[in-house]
Amino acid sequence: MTYIVKPVNHHPNLEKNDLGLTRRDYEGTISTLCAGCGHDSISAAVIEACYDLSLSSDQIAKLSGIGCSSKSPSYFLNQAHGFNSVHGRMPSVATGANLGNQDLLYLGVSGDGDTAGIGIGQFMHAARRQLNITYIVENNGTYGLTKGQFSATNDQGSKSKYGEENLFAPIDLAAMAIQLGAGFVGRSFSGDKDQLVPLLKAAMKFKGFSLIDIISPCVTFNNHAGSTKSYDHIREHNESVSSLDFVPIGQEITTNYREGTKVDVPLHDGALLTLEKLSKKYNPLDKGQAVQRLNEAEKDGKVLTGLLYINPEVKDHAEILNITNKPLNQFTDDELCPGSAKLAKINASLN
Amino acid sequence: MSKISSVNEFVIKFANVNGSGSASANQMFAKAIFRSGIPVSPKNIFPSNIQGLPTWFEIRASAKGYLGRKAGIDFMVAMNPQSYQQDVAEINSNGYLLYDSSWKREFHREDINILEVPLTSLVVDTFPNPKTRLLFKNLVYVGALSYLMNINKQVFIKLIEEQFKGKEKLISPNIQALEIGFNYAEKNLKDACSIKVQDANLTDGMILTNGNNAAGLGCVYGGATVCAWYPITPSTSLAESYKKYCDQFRIDEETGKNNFAFVQAEDELASIGMAIGANWNGARAFTATSGPGISLMTEFVGLAYFAEIPVVLFNIQRGGPSTGMPTRTQQSDILSCAYASHGDTKHVMLIPADPKECFEFAADSFDIADRLQTPVFVLSDLDIGMNDWTCPEFEWDDTRTFDRGKVLSKNDLDTMESWGRYLDVDGDGIPFRTLPGTHPEKGAYFTRGSSHDEYARYIEDGVINARNMSRILKKFEGAHKFLPKPIFKQETNASANGIIYFGSTEAVMQESLDELTSLGFPIDAMRIRAFPFNNDVWDFIDQHESIFIAEQNRDAQMRTLIVAEGDINPGKLISVLCFDGAPITAKFISDSIVDVLSDTNVSKTAEDSK
Repeated sequence: MTYIVKPVNHHPNLEKNDLGLTRRDYEGTISTLCAGCGHDSISAAVIEACYDLSLSSDQIAKLSGIGCSSKSPSYFLNQAHGFNSVHGRMPSVATGANLGNQDLLYLGVSGDGDTAGIGIGQFMHAARRQLNITYIVENNGTYGLTKGQFSATNDQGSKSKYGEENLFAPIDLAAMAIQLGAGFVGRSFSGDKDQLVPLLKAAMKFKGFSLIDIISPCVTFNNHAGSTKSYDHIREHNESVSSLDFVPIGQEITTNYREGTKVDVPLHDGALLTLEKLSKKYNPLDKGQAVQRLNEAEKDGKVLTGLLYINPEVKDHAEILNITNKPLNQFTDDELCPGSAKLAKINASLN
Repeated sequence: MSKISSVNEFVIKFANVNGSGSASANQMFAKAIFRSGIPVSPKNIFPSNIQGLPTWFEIRASAKGYLGRKAGIDFMVAMNPQSYQQDVAEINSNGYLLYDSSWKREFHREDINILEVPLTSLVVDTFPNPKTRLLFKNLVYVGALSYLMNINKQVFIKLIEEQFKGKEKLISPNIQALEIGFNYAEKNLKDACSIKVQDANLTDGMILTNGNNAAGLGCVYGGATVCAWYPITPSTSLAESYKKYCDQFRIDEETGKNNFAFVQAEDELASIGMAIGANWNGARAFTATSGPGISLMTEFVGLAYFAEIPVVLFNIQRGGPSTGMPTRTQQSDILSCAYASHGDTKHVMLIPADPKECFEFAADSFDIADRLQTPVFVLSDLDIGMNDWTCPEFEWDDTRTFDRGKVLSKNDLDTMESWGRYLDVDGDGIPFRTLPGTHPEKGAYFTRGSSHDEYARYIEDGVINARNMSRILKKFEGAHKFLPKPIFKQETNASANGIIYFGSTEAVMQESLDELTSLGFPIDAMRIRAFPFNNDVWDFIDQHESIFIAEQNRDAQMRTLIVAEGDINPGKLISVLCFDGAPITAKFISDSIVDVLSDTNVSKTAEDSK
């Protein structure tokens, strides 16, 4: 519960983006999550990404399920409509919302319990349908709001705060999403803003299902020695496959990558993703290889991060269904109702 | 042997093997009677199976307009040796049995007329392929019936031509099969049948269609743009009907793109979630399901109720509980819909009684949901949904506009100082809502299923939550203004006793009332069409000494709802309950009522009670 109201005053010389807005204009209410929670860093990265892209908040819809992660959409983009739905069912609500109005940018915020546990079915089908959404999983391997039970992404053998060992193999949401055909799959770490912000920007501009599985340590229940989702563990075992730059349409490419390591991926609207491959072997356009590398990393106890897979040629759900470009919520009565003359013909066909 | 003799008043039943193509031939037979101007009610009694199990098709033709199911068969077409025994037992004394006498049988019923038609032998040379022969055999008995009952053969020929339009190759063999049967009967079964069809004009202004077809069309007329559904008998054909009519009316002529979305979800949870998401964005959306689907959807129904998001759910009820009898009819989800979901919830229900009302209530449901910002259940059943009914033509008033309810536009927001999503400005409990993307600075809020205040902020203050819950109840209590009123069979009440009924029971009610009157037990009747109940319901109960409630479920669910919502003395309400999965019959109702009335001191008429 928020008792503290955030002050609206801010420094008059704050930087402004193309819309004349400052970062503060993209903020939400004060977070009620624990101090040091990875989720708050993710909120900050979302704010940064939206500011950088000069997005208009009212054209964004934030949807979530239930859990600590699902509270976080309150903490960014005050001017965007939000929908805190039921546990594990955000993907279906987002699918319906997208069918009702394709013009909005859909930001789905979920957690590992919400997505890999109760909601795994809906997550898989949304990926398979290529729902046009930026789907963020704030992955801490634990059920925080109910005080520290293991989630389905928790690594086998990882220890709980109370010393209990996790007996089951984890679900790798990124590998699963790639196999299901998601067009954009990335993994990042809440503590690596330099990697996360460009990844978020690219995901938001991607038309299709974009998943970013973000390891986001739970400072209260899963940040101890023996946990594989703690800040220390992730810092030690993070292996980044690429460094990413997102270049909007019409902007000059200024990044200077080493010769032979650069890959340009054009997106649907003409914007460009520029990738520096940190590993020579890694090709994010190769689905089979991406899955293989994820499996190998898991075996080695590494956490592979960066843009893991991208297929810039996918069609999104609405396109697959051949739905008209005009949002369905903007049709008038006359456009929708066939009227009495046509009904008379139907009557005639039924006698 | 005496023979049942009647004109335009009979019950014929076809016993077939499912998957043998019989349903479309039987359907054609029903339609031919309808085209001859006689009201007809075909009922497909089918197994939950694709091929090989017994299936039946009952057709009642009635010039009197009695179109409910009636026990006792006047004419049986027995095509399934597997079910011969039970089929033959069902035939009324002096009735008729037509069977495939290519294999002769003894039936051990001296009191029925057996008509032998060697169906298989007749077609074996004409249709050498066993698979097509199976299909054409059905047309052969239709042809024989055309002769036997004196139904104009040309009516069938026209129906065949219409049915196979675009597949012209199939027209002539079908007609050929029809002729084979007709000619055989003409030659061998002269004067064998005294049940006749005589041309009439009793179906002028009427159509023959099923409730699911009508409801799907109603959704198109009501402006629904999103259908999210999951296949489940007996609701599937509703979603398919919506798609069929969208393909006719909602394809953009220039681009060829769809001005609608039709999504087969992965399960019922996802389908209701999608419908809620679309409605949250202001696109009219619905889902269609049956009892098991409703069970799965209840968590989401609670969200839509509490977060006040309009959504329409069609429940085509089938036999429960659990998987139950998926292909049989019941009215057994009254309570599970009225109070669906945990916590204090109550929901609007519309209860159509025939395909015409399915069309109307489907279109109305979107206005009601938008007006009240709440889930609306349309409670049909398998009998209405999947069987063809003779009902009045659909009507539409072109001056009608959709009632989108209290939705704020950009201009509205510009002129407002402040706004609260859940603020009761008008005193009717209905707040104003905004749609995402309406205004750059104003009107954004957080929709949630957790407790919230008038400004949609998360709260844990019990007083505020209770205030919100009371407001939502207020909205519900005013809902009857927007809902269809009960319908009465009489202009003024004339009996000390009344009967309350709803939904598909309408088909048998007039027949039952006529029977009761002729037996000396006249009774007043009221059909409930919506929940929350109109005050007329309480008045009707108040004005009668005893009230019967006819329901197609075991637990008297409507009675429970009436007792709970109206604080009615339960002793006053007497249940008439049919729950065997077959549509209720007039006789069942009349017998139950006569039993009670002849056995007690209950007065027969208002006059007597004075």
